[in-house]
Amino acid sequence: MWDYLKLIVLGAIAVLAAIAANYARDLAFMLNAIEVMVVATIAFLWVLRGVGEPKRVNQGEYNDGLIRWGVFLTTFWGIVGFLVGVVIAAQLAWPWLNFEALQGVGNFGRLRPLHTSAVIFAFCGTALITSAFYVVQRTCAVRLWGGSALPNFVFWGWQLVILLAATSYVFGGSQGKEYAEPAWHIDILITVVWVGFLAIFAGTIMKRREPHIYVANWFYLAFIITIAMLHLVNNMAVPVSFFGSASVQVTSGVQDAMIQWWYGHNAVGFFLTAGFLGMMYYFVPKQAERPVYSYKLSIIHFWAIIFLYIWAGPHHLHYTALPEWASTLGMVFSIILWMPSWGGMINGLMTLSGAWDKLRTDPVIRMMVAAVAFYGMATFEGPMMSIKAVNSLSHYTDWTIGHVHSGALGWNGLITFGLLYYLTPRLWNRAGLYSLRLVNWHFWLATIGIVLYAASMWVTGIMEGLMWREVDANGFLVNAFADTVAAKYPMNVVRTLGGLMFLSGALIMAYNLWMTVKAQPAKAAVNANDLVPAA
Amino acid sequence: MCAKKVTKPPHEVPTTGHEWDGIQEYDNPMPRWWVWIFYATIIWGIGYTVAYPAWPWLNGVTQGVLGYNAREAVAADIAQMDATNAAVKTQLVSVDLNAIGEDEALASYASRAGAAVFKTTCAQCHGAGAAGVQSLGYPNLLDDDWLWGGSMEEIHQTVAHGIRSTTDAESRYSEMPKFGTDGLLEKAQIAEVVEYVLQISGQEHDAALASAGGTVYADNCSACHGAAGEGDRSQGAPKLTDAVWLYGNSREAINDSVSKARFGVMPEWAGRLTEDQIRAVSFYVHSLGGGE
Repeated sequence: MWDYLKLIVLGAIAVLAAIAANYARDLAFMLNAIEVMVVATIAFLWVLRGVGEPKRVNQGEYNDGLIRWGVFLTTFWGIVGFLVGVVIAAQLAWPWLNFEALQGVGNFGRLRPLHTSAVIFAFCGTALITSAFYVVQRTCAVRLWGGSALPNFVFWGWQLVILLAATSYVFGGSQGKEYAEPAWHIDILITVVWVGFLAIFAGTIMKRREPHIYVANWFYLAFIITIAMLHLVNNMAVPVSFFGSASVQVTSGVQDAMIQWWYGHNAVGFFLTAGFLGMMYYFVPKQAERPVYSYKLSIIHFWAIIFLYIWAGPHHLHYTALPEWASTLGMVFSIILWMPSWGGMINGLMTLSGAWDKLRTDPVIRMMVAAVAFYGMATFEGPMMSIKAVNSLSHYTDWTIGHVHSGALGWNGLITFGLLYYLTPRLWNRAGLYSLRLVNWHFWLATIGIVLYAASMWVTGIMEGLMWREVDANGFLVNAFADTVAAKYPMNVVRTLGGLMFLSGALIMAYNLWMTVKAQPAKAAVNANDLVPAA
Repeated sequence: MCAKKVTKPPHEVPTTGHEWDGIQEYDNPMPRWWVWIFYATIIWGIGYTVAYPAWPWLNGVTQGVLGYNAREAVAADIAQMDATNAAVKTQLVSVDLNAIGEDEALASYASRAGAAVFKTTCAQCHGAGAAGVQSLGYPNLLDDDWLWGGSMEEIHQTVAHGIRSTTDAESRYSEMPKFGTDGLLEKAQIAEVVEYVLQISGQEHDAALASAGGTVYADNCSACHGAAGEGDRSQGAPKLTDAVWLYGNSREAINDSVSKARFGVMPEWAGRLTEDQIRAVSFYVHSLGGGE
């Protein structure tokens, strides 16, 4: 019965997508429609082949099939995102890499959103969904809510979002909002997938067999709910046509800018911070085999972060058309946010107290600890840069880019690598990682890469800021914009080198994970990690 | 619990007694330094929002006891600079163009102001160093080869009204015919005249074609570019006998120029820049080395 319903829905989607492709008003929309048609057809055939066959689901095992896919795809999207990052870093250092033949497809302007979205939504997003599914099952001691259909829909739906958004950007389907570039039709799919994600997560928590909800799940839940709200408000738009990518924003001017950066800053706050703190609260104590340092601290810093982060957006709009009072509040709340952010760092680092020797012997825990340290650094730098006087120098310079990357590469990147190293042997029932030596190589390549990246961007950012504001005795600007561009060249090269090192580390990790699955002996006849504990 | 229990040394603080998948939580107090810094930032935050514009209310926002406002601060800075420069600006627009260089203070101001204007509005095409971009037809302003004239008056006219601008009636205007595209000359004739141009500019050329090209030149080109290729500033027709080329001196580039013609455009700046800015940037360009 369900199978037939699925077939009808998938068939209808495929036909509607074919009609949409036919009437498409722009290339990006047409390609999206064709992609949806192909995906719906494949899903249709897949369901068709299984009609009438008994569905065997082992209720005694966690739903881990998707999580194995998630580990694979997180690695894959990471490498794609880092590779595009290296390409655009090279394009900034050597502009001739914006090849004439690739104008409108492969130039910096088209590749830059591809890079940011590949890293944030594809790499980090897949890591978040994967780890949320893993952690919520273990800490609630039950299988995912929603059977197998809903988790499948959410997981693969998110991958479809990534595919659609990537094609759309490259062929010009962006709605022009930073980190919210997907066009209206992709936004609708994101909304549906996200509601499913929330239902699964909340449903699993509600049927949990543990008396309390673990702190990691508070963070995941806050992340899921807040992203839903941010996404809905920032993407209020009216499509120009039902068959085209173009849409008109409901708000305009400074209101639109304020909503955009309320969204943009909280995408950082809830996607890349709250969600990843959820990850940290599970994987750091597991890998360190130590209790979490302080329960009290986790409560206080959780609620403080949730309350304070949402106010901080206006610090992206200092000295603009934004009213002074909004700017002040953005700055003040950013600074009060400093300690709550550090609460997560303290809880992560101090969990290792009594086990500091593991830093020497276990490169995976070292990676996680370095991630927490970069988190601490970035969450000190952020409040500092939100101060108006500092911001008047740093705004619009490469310092901002450096700040974002010490967070994204250092915190999000390294903690995700840590969890991939943690999950792979467990999910595939392997005795251990293929090579700890390679993990060590990865750690140092990534860390030195981040340091080169951040340091070069500090230098070039402060230099740019100083050159832009330099005036002579009569109040005239001393430097042309092009002078600052020329002066940045050596630092742009160092930045590219740093990115290349980070990418090499990720490639080494991919090889190591692959060989773990391929070449390591099985740990036991039955994978104990998969088993739901008996009631 | 199937997962391995984490080991806990017996002498440490108690845990909360909760456990999830083998993870426990210590009941450690929050670090005191953390709590105190957190309090300090909150107290500072309250103080700051009292001092500066901050809290929205039903009919407005709190303005802050210090009465500070970034927009007013910028306006005050600009007003102060304007007051400082007012006298010299008045002098700049009132003196004769050629007299700007005679007053040392005025020349110094005009040259700084001109450099700033140049870097903001001219560098995009002519380059930050004013060397132009040859292959794209953006003239080099450092040499003494001028299309429309290099005196103060002529440069001022060009900056103020632009070249071939359709939005300014006083703009400098001329148009070279598209000899190839519009079929005014045969392909062979164009090839000949190109060789002739290569010859008079002292480059490698085909002598036989060039001599035939001389007739083509005299009939079609000399009216503007001059009988000997000396050019004509009154219509912006470039000199063809020197080594300075706007679109390149290769056979292909010259062939393109003859066949399709060029139509370089520069916007007029009157209306977008003030008269003192236009005078300053004219003085700056004039002083770069080629001014007449």
